[in-house]
Amino acid sequence: MNCNRLLTLLLCLFLQQAHAIDPLPFSNEAEAIRFQHLVAELRCTVCQNQNLADSNASLAKDLRQKVFELIQAGKSDQQIKDYLAERYGDFVLYSPPLKPLTWLLWFGPALVFLLGAGVIFFNVQRRKKTLSKHAQAIDDESL
Amino acid sequence: MLKYGFPLIAFFILGVLLFMGLGHDPKILPSPLINKPSPDFELPLLGETTKRVSKQSLLGAPYLLNVWASWCVTCREEHSVLQAYAQSSAIQVIGLNWKDNSDDAQRWLNQFGNPYHQVLIDPSGLTGVDFGVYGTPETFLLDAQGVIRFKHVGPLTEDVIEREINPRLTAMKMSKRS
Repeated sequence: MNCNRLLTLLLCLFLQQAHAIDPLPFSNEAEAIRFQHLVAELRCTVCQNQNLADSNASLAKDLRQKVFELIQAGKSDQQIKDYLAERYGDFVLYSPPLKPLTWLLWFGPALVFLLGAGVIFFNVQRRKKTLSKHAQAIDDESL
Repeated sequence: MLKYGFPLIAFFILGVLLFMGLGHDPKILPSPLINKPSPDFELPLLGETTKRVSKQSLLGAPYLLNVWASWCVTCREEHSVLQAYAQSSAIQVIGLNWKDNSDDAQRWLNQFGNPYHQVLIDPSGLTGVDFGVYGTPETFLLDAQGVIRFKHVGPLTEDVIEREINPRLTAMKMSKRS
């Protein structure tokens, strides 16, 4: 096999998205895409560092089936996420909802950054003042 | 002095927080169903699938719902605790056989002993999803009105019974009297 063909083959392999394969009978392409998006945004509660799309756990398979059934029943994305969060907690959502309990999670990093910036600014100002005081003192002496 | 004070205090606080964090198992998910009515269910009994037990039929007295399976190795760890508790306690221990084969389940009970007043089967795991079950063993404490008061993930121990279950049962009894 020549180099080009080999490269193309390898490229095709790497471009595939990793999914746990369940042949589910979707009514149309839009539904399939919706399903893929949803299961990518939901955490597998057994293998907690994987999403439902990638996990091979038995429970993940059950939950994928459940998401599929809920889509068939005409539920919206938000309703499906709520359904799972009601039973397993907000932890199943990769994107935690914005509510008072999660304010620290969402705004914490920005707050810490501002705090750090504030400290640096304060220190720089103080050093400027001290330097200028010194400069003043040297000036005074030399006179 | 103040220059050293702030970082030192921040370090100390961080240290305390991290130390407290060491005691937590990050894999355990807190249940969002605590103090909420349990989901409705209607499941067949193990070995007598014509008979069905529903949430309705279990109302009237608090009970423990223990989720287990014959393939679950950790469930064997809690078995003796469950056995002892079922014999000594005033409340029933109901078993929920989760995602299991009924023959295997029956064989497991024959081999190790049956602590359950009744065993409901959920081979598909769908009732388990309603309860937020993500791994066996899990134990729920439900009160007489069918409200979930407590959930324990992992094998049940005497410590958990002492610290979490018995106090809640006592509280339930007291509130009934008043």
